[in-house]
Amino acid sequence: MIEVRDLRRTYRGRLGRPAVDALRGVSFDVAAGQRFGIVGESGSGKSTLVRLLAALDTPTGGTISFRGTRIDGVPERRLKFLRDELQIVFQDPMGSLDPRMRVRDIICEPLKRRDDERLAELLDAVGLPLDAASRYPHQFSGGQRQRISIARALAPDPKVLIADEPVSALDVSVRAQILNLLADLVERYELTLVFVSHDLSVVRHVCDTVAVMRRGEIVELGDVEQVYQQPLHEYTRELIAAAPTLRAALARFQEG
Amino acid sequence: MTTAVKRRTPTLTAGAVLVGLVVLVALVSFIWTPHDPTRVDAAVRLLGPTGDFLFGTDKFGRDLVSQIMVGARTTLYVGVVAVGVAALIGTPLGILAAMSPRWLGEFIMRVNDLVLAFPALLLAIMFGAVFGASTWTAMVAIGIATVPSFARIARSGTMQVMSTEYVLAARAAGRSRLVIARRHVLPNIAGLLIVQSSVSFAIAVLAEAALSFLGFGTRPPTPSWGRMLQESQELLAVQPRLAIVPGIAIAVAVLGFNLLGDGLRDRLDPRLAGRR
Repeated sequence: MIEVRDLRRTYRGRLGRPAVDALRGVSFDVAAGQRFGIVGESGSGKSTLVRLLAALDTPTGGTISFRGTRIDGVPERRLKFLRDELQIVFQDPMGSLDPRMRVRDIICEPLKRRDDERLAELLDAVGLPLDAASRYPHQFSGGQRQRISIARALAPDPKVLIADEPVSALDVSVRAQILNLLADLVERYELTLVFVSHDLSVVRHVCDTVAVMRRGEIVELGDVEQVYQQPLHEYTRELIAAAPTLRAALARFQEG
Repeated sequence: MTTAVKRRTPTLTAGAVLVGLVVLVALVSFIWTPHDPTRVDAAVRLLGPTGDFLFGTDKFGRDLVSQIMVGARTTLYVGVVAVGVAALIGTPLGILAAMSPRWLGEFIMRVNDLVLAFPALLLAIMFGAVFGASTWTAMVAIGIATVPSFARIARSGTMQVMSTEYVLAARAAGRSRLVIARRHVLPNIAGLLIVQSSVSFAIAVLAEAALSFLGFGTRPPTPSWGRMLQESQELLAVQPRLAIVPGIAIAVAVLGFNLLGDGLRDRLDPRLAGRR
């Protein structure tokens, strides 16, 4: 579905600051139907990768193909197929919804026309009431806003869904709901999922394959259970150890 | 402004009242004035305030109240056209500068700085010299001189909007730049532009008064507050009333639009909301 080869992105330094190598030669494949996780701490190049995968930015080197067609450095007018087939759910459920637009218009944005029938379907699919359509984003809670964002992403009936830290900005109590919703929708609509997170335990919950990123490189790539149970790279071990788990918390509690 | 709390905004109220007063006076002047504001009558020249002439008459025997009332029309007319010209040219320029490639944006803004650096009154006087002094040349000149402030506001607002994830989402949805500008940028910078309009309106009113005072603005016999000031000059020592009345009118209008602008800024800008 997606082929990434030796992808590089360098941000030019401005006003005397040094250039930043956000991606230093990343290669991987995402097969159709796969649930591909990308995990890494902030600054590891995850967000840059997301933008490149969605052709919202141009790489400084390497190639990206979507269903066999190059999408890197291609002018917008030749990306129409990609816009319908690949959609993104962003991290910040407030910042990714235009505060001056009604939910109806937000969700229908990828359709480029108003379609009340499709709107009703989408609202139902993400578990929002019909009357949500005429309200504004600020009238919803974080979790509900992320549902709106998901509905918008599903509107054009995409084949690939990129979720960029979709639950990091949410309260812990609603994270599981949104994750389960995503997992259900991926299954129901037979989507290919690219799931980006800094939290390996979240990725483990949703994905079958994971790529661990550090400083613009993939340090480990493989089956998510295998990576989680037997991490090969030192950095992956650190990531797993850093994540708070109930067991670790209890252990500390008992020691203390 | 996630919480729709009604804040007390005394500036906004005061500004709205003063502006409302000017607008009301201008509207009433269409249907009624105490006297014909342009009627010259030597028999009643330089009268002090009386029952018939509330603020008295000028050296030609024209009623001051009537002139002020009709002059309010000129003032608002000038403000609307000047701000309209500035907003219609400046806003698209600013949005274009923010959304186009860096070199083009920089070029637009440097030209903008050039216009900004040019004294507005000098520009208007040049316009008056070339096209002949009239309310129209004054309005257009003031408008052009105000373009840069709109372009700057529009540019910075647009850059802020363009960096948001909802614009990224719109791009991922395949929306063109033009559609993003219309659907996302414009509604989100409208508040900034409204505030700028109000402040620019005050500056335009003042500029028109100054130009008319210098003889480059509204031509006689159309009443204008600036020209009333100018005509009062030679009698300033004997009849200060002739300068004070239009002076107060100008002050009320300028103060009104400035307060309205400040009040709207406090109301519309969430970043300033918590300050007072």
